[in-house]
Amino acid sequence: MSNQTHDANHGTQKSYIIGFILSILLTIIPYSLVVNHLLIGDALVIAVVALGIIQLLVQLIFFLHLSSHPSQRWNLITFSFTVLIVVILVIGSLWIMYNMNYNMMEHAN
Amino acid sequence: MTTQVLDSHDHHDHDAEASAKVVFGFWVYILSDCILFSMIFATYAVLHNNTYGGPGAHELFTNMPYVLIETFILLTSSFTYGLAMLGAHKGNKNQLLIWLVITFILGASFICMELNEFHNLIAEGNGPQRSAFLSSFFTLVGTHGLHVTCGLVWMILLILQVSKHGITSITTRKLTCLSLFWHFLDIVWIFVFTIVYLMGAM
Repeated sequence: MSNQTHDANHGTQKSYIIGFILSILLTIIPYSLVVNHLLIGDALVIAVVALGIIQLLVQLIFFLHLSSHPSQRWNLITFSFTVLIVVILVIGSLWIMYNMNYNMMEHAN
Repeated sequence: MTTQVLDSHDHHDHDAEASAKVVFGFWVYILSDCILFSMIFATYAVLHNNTYGGPGAHELFTNMPYVLIETFILLTSSFTYGLAMLGAHKGNKNQLLIWLVITFILGASFICMELNEFHNLIAEGNGPQRSAFLSSFFTLVGTHGLHVTCGLVWMILLILQVSKHGITSITTRKLTCLSLFWHFLDIVWIFVFTIVYLMGAM
């Protein structure tokens, strides 16, 4: 038990190496998609954003050792709350500003 | 949080509990910093097309291999910091110090590359005053760079403290806080890389 708790809070050499390899791969893949024009338009945007989010999860799990382990419960709760706030702030800002731009254009015409 | 106390069954019960509280407090600070960055990202997303006749992201960010190298350097520094922490938990002072110094060198190289990029942009007349897009770009990337610089100063102080006092419960606590900070900055950079550079180059 004590050993598991230890690993849950600090990670192991193996978890750091796996995390490092995954994060390098998740950087190279979107980079080559963009630079070599392997995808175009919306598909490219969606792919790059999705890979960015996977990269975020990889780093949270392997580097910051965020997990559903009981010792991590409060870290996870506060993190989830922050994600909620960030989503409201970012999507709300973009939504409002997009509509404002749109309405201003209507008046200009 | 409560079960972290189980971790410290035989001795330093009190120390471990106090450290866990400090680290949790620092985690809450990181999350609030996350909200700060999310606002700067939202500002960038709103303003990124407002170039005022100046160059946009597509014209400016053409040197993608340079940005890729910056990203690799920061990713690697996050990894080497992890190895330093493993050294700290094993009580291996040399392993800790060597990896910390390597992490510092990588972080400093990252900052040098970023300053070089800023210098080139400003020298070409594309400074933060050029357009709303460039203001938001410099704010976003500059705020991240300032955080990394603070992390580097903190790292020097910890290298000195560890070499003087060794691996104690206090230095371990400080190292743990800096590790959260350093990995967090790596995550923020992933978003800068994706949203500013990759999406800009599309």
